[in-house]
Amino acid sequence: MSAVTPPRSATGSGPLPWLKPAVWLGGLSPLAVMALDAWAGALGAHPLERLLLQTGLLALLTLILSLLCTPLRQWTGWTWPARIRRELGLLAFGYACAHLLLYLLDQGGLGGLPADIAERPFITVGLLALALLLPAALTSGKGSVRRLGFARWQRLHRLVYPAAALGALHFYWGVKGDKAEPLLYAGALAVLLGWRVWRSRFGGRRVKRDSK
Amino acid sequence: MSSTRREFLKYGAQFIGTAAAFGGGLTLLTRRAAPAQELSASGLAAEVPPHQTDELGGLVTPFALATSYNNFYELGWGKGDPARQAELLRRYIAAQEPWTVTFGGEVERPGTYDLAALLGWTDEQERTYRLRCVEAWSMVLPWRGLPLGELLRRVGYTSQARYVQFTSVFAPDALPGQRSSTLDWPYVEGLRLDEALHPLTLLATGLHGEALPAQNGAPLRLVVPWKYGFKSAKSVTHITLTREQPATTWSVAAPREYGFYANVNPQVDHPRWSQASERRLDGTGGLLAERRETLMFNGYADEVSGLYTGQDLRRDF
Repeated sequence: MSAVTPPRSATGSGPLPWLKPAVWLGGLSPLAVMALDAWAGALGAHPLERLLLQTGLLALLTLILSLLCTPLRQWTGWTWPARIRRELGLLAFGYACAHLLLYLLDQGGLGGLPADIAERPFITVGLLALALLLPAALTSGKGSVRRLGFARWQRLHRLVYPAAALGALHFYWGVKGDKAEPLLYAGALAVLLGWRVWRSRFGGRRVKRDSK
Repeated sequence: MSSTRREFLKYGAQFIGTAAAFGGGLTLLTRRAAPAQELSASGLAAEVPPHQTDELGGLVTPFALATSYNNFYELGWGKGDPARQAELLRRYIAAQEPWTVTFGGEVERPGTYDLAALLGWTDEQERTYRLRCVEAWSMVLPWRGLPLGELLRRVGYTSQARYVQFTSVFAPDALPGQRSSTLDWPYVEGLRLDEALHPLTLLATGLHGEALPAQNGAPLRLVVPWKYGFKSAKSVTHITLTREQPATTWSVAAPREYGFYANVNPQVDHPRWSQASERRLDGTGGLLAERRETLMFNGYADEVSGLYTGQDLRRDF
């Protein structure tokens, strides 16, 4: 960020200068709500399970929102969605990490993890989703595009698609009984990924120009 | 007012508005608030000595937690839903008054009996049992109830009877969960006859010195302390003695995950998690309620392991 000259006035820093900070503040505010719930004893009889569920939902939700950015820009012509895509992706990665840490806390350490990964597809799939997000998170800075070259950077970031699909599957498997909510998430994701497939097949040359 | 200051205020307002809307939306979609904790109707529950324990020294789960964290899918799928929706069942029970239980099948004196009649057949007993949920959490709960075996001997069963089927309340008009076909309603559970006759098996009518709260399965629920919680059918309306093993709700819905026997067994894992340990929900420990080793037959092995001599408990999970 050192290359950016500090804005002389609010108007000097480009359109919507408050957008990214607002996404960070709003995106991290559930942490404050969780802390407040914990302090007020409002997490219920099984606090850890509540936090495990909420961080998992936050990860999947912000990841799906990050995948909404490009289509939204295409459909509306707005440019602001593309400018918060990185922030949403990083929020998703952060919440997924918190979700894993809470799971390990619940398990009392790493001891049971190898068996869980080997024997329980539910866990395997969730952990794989997080692993697929890692390269994208590590190369989310501006310099990375330059270092890797755009094509390679883009290929790497397409790992987010299978990660999101695995995340949705993990949620679907994790819910007992009423699967309406995981199906809703899976449906939203299917639309967003389906749109990309459709566009790459039938979108023709426009795709190349727009995908910059 | 200078234009810079006006810009500053405008951006500030947009910043706060966007952050609040985004953060509020995320919280709204992902936060599952616990229901307001219920004060016991008579205040009796509050008077239960705070350090009451089971025979192994486990603290009794406070009334407020035992009535706000429940699996009772007729009243919703969230853990807090049964408490939030309890009024629906309370109203239904009031409209039904008196609650009846129909004994049928291989029974010598079949019929429909008022709950009050059942209470006259044998004395209610106080039993503090561990409840181990198949989801790897547990509580210690002070029940009041009727030993099921006494009732079965009272109605009599034929020599053909080998199993006992329990059917829960069926009232889709009153109970929102039954308006979706996620499970095959009504909820059905079952025991082998010798399990049903075992002195530990209870038909509970009370909890923590109170009449059984709706979210815990009012007015009458099964309690089988050495089996996972889902075996203990709530709001029972029919008890049917059968020759064949009953098709129980969860073992039909997900046969790989939930068996007919469902004995608490730390050596037989659920496909999605280990059953070797459990989190004890007794309101202590804050975020990290104590995780403890799960005991074979939930700590009742001395009493019940004789029921399963020679049986492969991995196959009959």
